[in-house]
Amino acid sequence: MGLFTELKDSISRVTDRLFSEQEPKRIGIYGPPNAGKTTLANRIARDWTGDAVGTESHVPHETRRARRKENVEIERDGKKVTIDIVDTPGVTTKVDYEEFTDEMDEDDAIRRSREATEGVAEAMHWLREDVDGVIYVLDSAEDPITQVNTMLIGIIESRDLPVLIFANKIDLDESSVKRIEDAFPQHKTIPLSAKEGDNMDEVYDNIAEYFG
Amino acid sequence: MPKATNTDDADGPDDGVQIDLISGERMQDMATMEKIRMILDGVHDGNIVILEEGLTPDEESRLIEVTMSEISPDEFNGIEIETYPKSGTRDSSLLGRIMGGDEPDAKLTVIGPANQIETLHKDETLISALVSRN
Repeated sequence: MGLFTELKDSISRVTDRLFSEQEPKRIGIYGPPNAGKTTLANRIARDWTGDAVGTESHVPHETRRARRKENVEIERDGKKVTIDIVDTPGVTTKVDYEEFTDEMDEDDAIRRSREATEGVAEAMHWLREDVDGVIYVLDSAEDPITQVNTMLIGIIESRDLPVLIFANKIDLDESSVKRIEDAFPQHKTIPLSAKEGDNMDEVYDNIAEYFG
Repeated sequence: MPKATNTDDADGPDDGVQIDLISGERMQDMATMEKIRMILDGVHDGNIVILEEGLTPDEESRLIEVTMSEISPDEFNGIEIETYPKSGTRDSSLLGRIMGGDEPDAKLTVIGPANQIETLHKDETLISALVSRN
């Protein structure tokens, strides 16, 4: 490669980096199945763009492929931040199609489990390669100290990605935000109900502060 | 109570659960995919794999990814994995991470087939697991 070509490439890399600062940050919404990730993604997308991201369901692994809502502009205190929301399948280390056979026939259950495994693998790959920050959604009515949560938070920390933990479903009687704060004291925990829209102002303040 | 068996036994045991206890020394020179292959080959055989030293976060992420690619209906539905929680004294400062690199903490990790292993209890010093023969 000639000197001129090398110099041109070098300048191109620097300008690419400068312009990339202006690009929307890709914020991955991660967490275990049924924590309310898609409900939150839809709430954010509807509040700021009018459109939803995906279908919500009580059946685990409704979200089987990562879905992106681009250019979501969030305005807080006169400051505008633009993010791409990436709604990911619930991360797990096991998927058993028989768990879905109560809700659907066997063929559909097998198809759902296959799509779910592909989606989780893709979500893990994206976490290593393609997200700039993470919103980690937990069901505040469930025990947060699980191996998958501990492992995922460890992976996110090892990549030095900014992370906000959202304690979802505070509308449920069994909800305990403190249990989540105690489990992951090194990170900020924001309580919310994505379903009811409770505490969304604080959610947006923190998204703007952490990812803006 | 499961018992460790001889992995070189060509006939293999008809009942019982094999436990592979893998030393940190054996893992230290292996590439990430070698470690993952060794773990998943053992789990596919129905073994419980115990790592003297755990995996790095990156290796854990790849283990999940590869596990997902190998799940198939009625044959293999994934893994159960348990590790002692990180020590509260772990150096998580930026300098600590740079100096310490992406090395695993010295922590024991138990990995087994999801349909055979069930965690009954876990705290900072004890993992209690029920292993069935399937």
